[in-house]
Amino acid sequence: MTINDLLKQTGEWLRGTGPNSDIIISSRIRLARNLNKIPFSRWANKKQTEAVLEAVKTPVLESICMKNNLFLKIADLDNIDKQLLLERHLVSRELIVGSDNKAVAISGNEAISVMINEEDHLRIQVIESGFNLSDVWKIIDALDDELSKKLDFAFSSDWGYLTACPTNTGTGMRGSVMLHLPALVLSKQINKVLAAILKIGLAARGFYGEGTEAIGNFFQISNQVTLGHSEEELIDNLERIIRQVVESEAQARESLMNKNAEMVKDRIWRAYGTLKSAYIITSNESIELLSAVRLGVDLGIMKGIDRLFLNDLLITTQPAHLQKVEGKALSAAERDVKRATLIKEKLK
Amino acid sequence: MLCDICHKKEATVHLTEIINDQITELHLCEECAKEKGSEVEQHFDLADLLAGLTDFGAKPAQKEDGSIKCPNCNMTYADLKKIGRLGCSQCYAIFKKSLAPLLKRIHGNTQHIGKSPKTLGKEAKQKTQAQILKAEMEKQIKMENFEEAAKLRDKIKELEKPASGVKERKKGEQK
Repeated sequence: MTINDLLKQTGEWLRGTGPNSDIIISSRIRLARNLNKIPFSRWANKKQTEAVLEAVKTPVLESICMKNNLFLKIADLDNIDKQLLLERHLVSRELIVGSDNKAVAISGNEAISVMINEEDHLRIQVIESGFNLSDVWKIIDALDDELSKKLDFAFSSDWGYLTACPTNTGTGMRGSVMLHLPALVLSKQINKVLAAILKIGLAARGFYGEGTEAIGNFFQISNQVTLGHSEEELIDNLERIIRQVVESEAQARESLMNKNAEMVKDRIWRAYGTLKSAYIITSNESIELLSAVRLGVDLGIMKGIDRLFLNDLLITTQPAHLQKVEGKALSAAERDVKRATLIKEKLK
Repeated sequence: MLCDICHKKEATVHLTEIINDQITELHLCEECAKEKGSEVEQHFDLADLLAGLTDFGAKPAQKEDGSIKCPNCNMTYADLKKIGRLGCSQCYAIFKKSLAPLLKRIHGNTQHIGKSPKTLGKEAKQKTQAQILKAEMEKQIKMENFEEAAKLRDKIKELEKPASGVKERKKGEQK
């Protein structure tokens, strides 16, 4: 498998199916792991990061769930390829900055990715579509167990897994769920919901995770605390809160349709009209418009379009994807034209 | 380092952003950071903020000596405060005094009760298991399920037995 093969497929987490997939895009869990005694990536020298890469590469690639994998050294990638992986949520920002012995192993269906020499020696991530945290946990737990038999992970019985940043110490686990909450945004209840989430110790972020804005009504909600609770407890707690958010979004959708059906339909069809006829569309605008069309599909207002199609458009209209298909770097203005053309073609 | 906006006060908030593959670094003092408002707020890196607060919550007597150095990776306490990230797994033992209150502040807890690596020795595994049961026991006591708590207490005793058993025998031998 090569990086170009990614363009021919849609990642597992974008299938648009699974529990609550009308509101929940995907469920993701990542684990931070380090090798005992070897300095953490940011503090390590080149020889040490090389030792980490050598030590973990084989166990990672040999693990059962990494069949048909793609193994990429960040140093071998150009900027467009790096951005492409980021747009597909297969790497973090931290991984693609700098290149010393950084690498990523990606499973054939893009559900699993293992980042090497990120802030921690290993960042293992599993993503699936829909509301599936327990399933995702089973997969990542098994992979972690398998790796821990071959690698000497830094661990203390008091503080659990030892990580570069004290905010990850303990389980080293961050679970996050990406939700599409257009009705809570439209009915101006979203800030109240987000404030409540922050208050109970969870974090809310935008489409591309840490430090990104919420665009197109997509939000990621994740746990902050990693020490003092078992992984199952943390997941259970996150699930309970997410269920409440899903419930509020469902209610907000119902009440919008009861009170303001015309306004909602107008928004949805206008968005569709723009996507079908515009000549220039920026990346943010396309996400906003696709969010509106998605709401139309979820509410049964729009027929004949499925979520997989919309998810695929959401990703393939991102800057690096457009440039990869074009085979060259494009300016922002050129991309906006290409994007509009691509969307028009797909919606024909 | 001075603040990038007012150029007067010491910069304590450090932001790194990637825009179109370009890394931009912004160093701000707390006031200017606040003024930048919510736009910056969500970019705050918790650990960067914590870097300046490592001593927070520690009693003066517990304060770490700035020159303490990890023998494994050579990180000093001053480095740790500056970077906000630990140097290696051994740093956790070296900087334990200031890390314990910090972890308590971040997580509200200082005892891991989650999973452990499969390679871990039997004794360490039992210790971890006992800690999980202890947390559960405390929960049961709070809920006044004393019968359940007693059962857990017995299990914990059982898990902690081997090590203490050896000690007792030694005492007996001395007599």
